[in-house]
Amino acid sequence: MRVTVNGEARELPDDATVASVVAQITSAARGVAVALNDEVVSRADWARTAVREADRVEILTAVQGG
Amino acid sequence: MTVDPLVIAGKKIESRLIMGTGGAPGMEVLERALVASGTELTTVAMRRVDPAARGSVLELLNRLGIQVLPNTAGCYTAGEALLTARMAREALGTDWVKLEVIADERTLLPDPVELLDAAERMVDDGFTVLPYTNDDPVLARRLEQVGCAAVMPLGSPIGSGLGIRNPHNIELIVESAGVPVILDAGIGTASDAALAMELGCDAVLLATAVTRAQEPELMAAAMRAAVSAGRLAYRAGRIPKRRYAQASSPVERSS
Repeated sequence: MRVTVNGEARELPDDATVASVVAQITSAARGVAVALNDEVVSRADWARTAVREADRVEILTAVQGG
Repeated sequence: MTVDPLVIAGKKIESRLIMGTGGAPGMEVLERALVASGTELTTVAMRRVDPAARGSVLELLNRLGIQVLPNTAGCYTAGEALLTARMAREALGTDWVKLEVIADERTLLPDPVELLDAAERMVDDGFTVLPYTNDDPVLARRLEQVGCAAVMPLGSPIGSGLGIRNPHNIELIVESAGVPVILDAGIGTASDAALAMELGCDAVLLATAVTRAQEPELMAAAMRAAVSAGRLAYRAGRIPKRRYAQASSPVERSS
């Protein structure tokens, strides 16, 4: 299935979860947040939250700024 | 003589200089500047994870024992700002947020309509909201009324180094505010920071003036001293300005 991750189209297996998507992007154990279709998914729910066709996943962290 | 602590939302902060981390040429320079500034509260931005990025600003702030203040830089609408704040809360475990909702890229000036809407929604969502705002006394009052923990008027546009363009408005904001007033944006050099404090601001937030100075560590030390000096001068109460001289030596001849 096709999913947009941080603005880029990705081909993912049908059993993909938020946790598996994050694992492709970063191994950081903290300081990372995920929004699935503009709703925050807390870290505790990553493994049990399924990603579906055409979903938008945003994975953010803190950087220098402000 | 020490400077009295700043209190925001019931939390005591010893340093009245709040730093930003943007613009530093590298982590080592940033670290030396942060240490020299004496800051206890420092902003970060939220951005998409870059798998190739090296060095983490979060690790640095943790190691230095500095409280992290996420911002919503880059947001143009209340909805974007609220989502960014929620992601920052999830990622960083803090409900403090520097709220920024800008109108356009050229001026980076706050969009007052979106800003007030965002502030109200964030307060309702349980955030401790520190809004970056225009130097508009009426907007500052409205932000306080919807429950912001501080108001942070600009001195001049972000990164401009133009100093405080409307000291009178800053004084008006200070006079009527019941929450801390933090001068945010536009500081160019130490005298600007001192002026902000002399006008009665409770703290100064700056980044570019330090991180893009030729010697960031040295400028951080200068800002720290300026904020302290300005605060002490404000508390001391300056003399009134006069049109003509007033002798400071006895006027009678000694013989």
